[in-house]
Amino acid sequence: MTFSTMLSTMSSGMWKTFLIFALTLIGSLPLGMIVALLRKSRFAPVRGFIKAYISIMRGTPLMLQLLVWYFGPYYLFGWNIGNWRFPAIIVGFVLNYAAYFAEIYRGGIESIPAGQYEAAEVLGFTKFQTFMRIILPQVVKIIMPSVTNEVITLVKDTSLAFTLAYQEVFSLAKQISASQTSFMPFLIAGVFYFVANYVVEIVMARIEKSMDYYK
Amino acid sequence: MILEMKNISKNFDGLEVLKDISFGVDHGEVVSIIGPSGSGKSTLLRCATFLETIDGGEIIYMGETAAHTDGSGNAVYVGPHELKHFRKYCGLVFQQFNLFPHYSILKNLIDAPMHVQGISREEAEATAMDLLRKMGIEDKANAYPFQLSGGQQQRVAIARAMAMKPEILFFDEPTSALDPELTGEVLKVIRQLAEEKMTMVVVTHEMPFAKAVSNRVLFMDGGVIVEQGDPRDVFDNPQEERTKQFLRVFER
Repeated sequence: MTFSTMLSTMSSGMWKTFLIFALTLIGSLPLGMIVALLRKSRFAPVRGFIKAYISIMRGTPLMLQLLVWYFGPYYLFGWNIGNWRFPAIIVGFVLNYAAYFAEIYRGGIESIPAGQYEAAEVLGFTKFQTFMRIILPQVVKIIMPSVTNEVITLVKDTSLAFTLAYQEVFSLAKQISASQTSFMPFLIAGVFYFVANYVVEIVMARIEKSMDYYK
Repeated sequence: MILEMKNISKNFDGLEVLKDISFGVDHGEVVSIIGPSGSGKSTLLRCATFLETIDGGEIIYMGETAAHTDGSGNAVYVGPHELKHFRKYCGLVFQQFNLFPHYSILKNLIDAPMHVQGISREEAEATAMDLLRKMGIEDKANAYPFQLSGGQQQRVAIARAMAMKPEILFFDEPTSALDPELTGEVLKVIRQLAEEKMTMVVVTHEMPFAKAVSNRVLFMDGGVIVEQGDPRDVFDNPQEERTKQFLRVFER
């Protein structure tokens, strides 16, 4: 197998890796906010549930969680869901990353001084307006470095989909390497992850810079 | 009367912070509240501006009751919608300014008028620029709070409160976070508002200022108003031993 055949075979995996990455972010970034807000709910059972969820998501390996999401429906309930592999991966990633993002958001929200809420309240802003106009924009700036960290981790974590035999870059690299007895696929995968994260770093640095106009 | 507070009581975890406090503010009046820290001055202001809820008593703005005590002795507030109407009457300037750091100075001034009161951008901007001019910081309209000195930030905060066109403006130790040299510029602005007959209640430790600007001084200690009256009387001829004791500290 020539280098270019390897590359083109692996490019389908790159697209799949990108799909996991993009869908996870699209799902977990907003879900994390909902989780962070529910964690501060007035109802103790809701708070308890959310705390337990975050604790489990962070306290067990994502690889294990993926296996549970994939095999759980069948072994626990006897359900046979068609084409469940990819949805299970996305569910696993989104729920796991939402827990991490929720904690990052919570830290950001809690670091906003009470005076900001009070000033908004005295001016007559509703709770929703206060959050959307005053609090959230400041939170976004504060949490950006932590979010960048998490996004970079996600790029690499996509390789865990290999556990469910999903043909993303890492799975393909392993397969091709075994069948062709070549080290090259691993190098290609390595360069791919590195370049992807390099792009993430550039994009995130830009976003951070765009919020540099205030302190 | 712009504001009447009657028999106000307030507890924090069983600690009585305000004990049966009554006072009123007339149109165009400037009232200074002085007293040691922990005397309940700030809490009184926060109750008047609805940041804290009272446990008992009455809050009446412009003759309209915002909170009263029911038969069982608990304070009852009007619903959230009516409360919004009462919030329009009062503005509050904080010790720590509490400007919105992600907004330009101009946006700090126009955001609430536009999105709370529904005023058009043109009108809100015109009002804001007038206020900034009055505060002597119209050249800072497009700057951000972090680029301003503390004194300038506090003047912006005053302008932000004024942009809502309140009937009464409360100040919670407006110069306590400022260097002595910046204190003057903020006091000058408050004095200017007093000359324009803006109704104000100022919690302050600036005794000469309180004496010069206010129509009435309240001395608070231990959650009660110990003494009140004309500033000349309270400062030069205090009747209560506790007031004398407190004022003596400032003479040194």
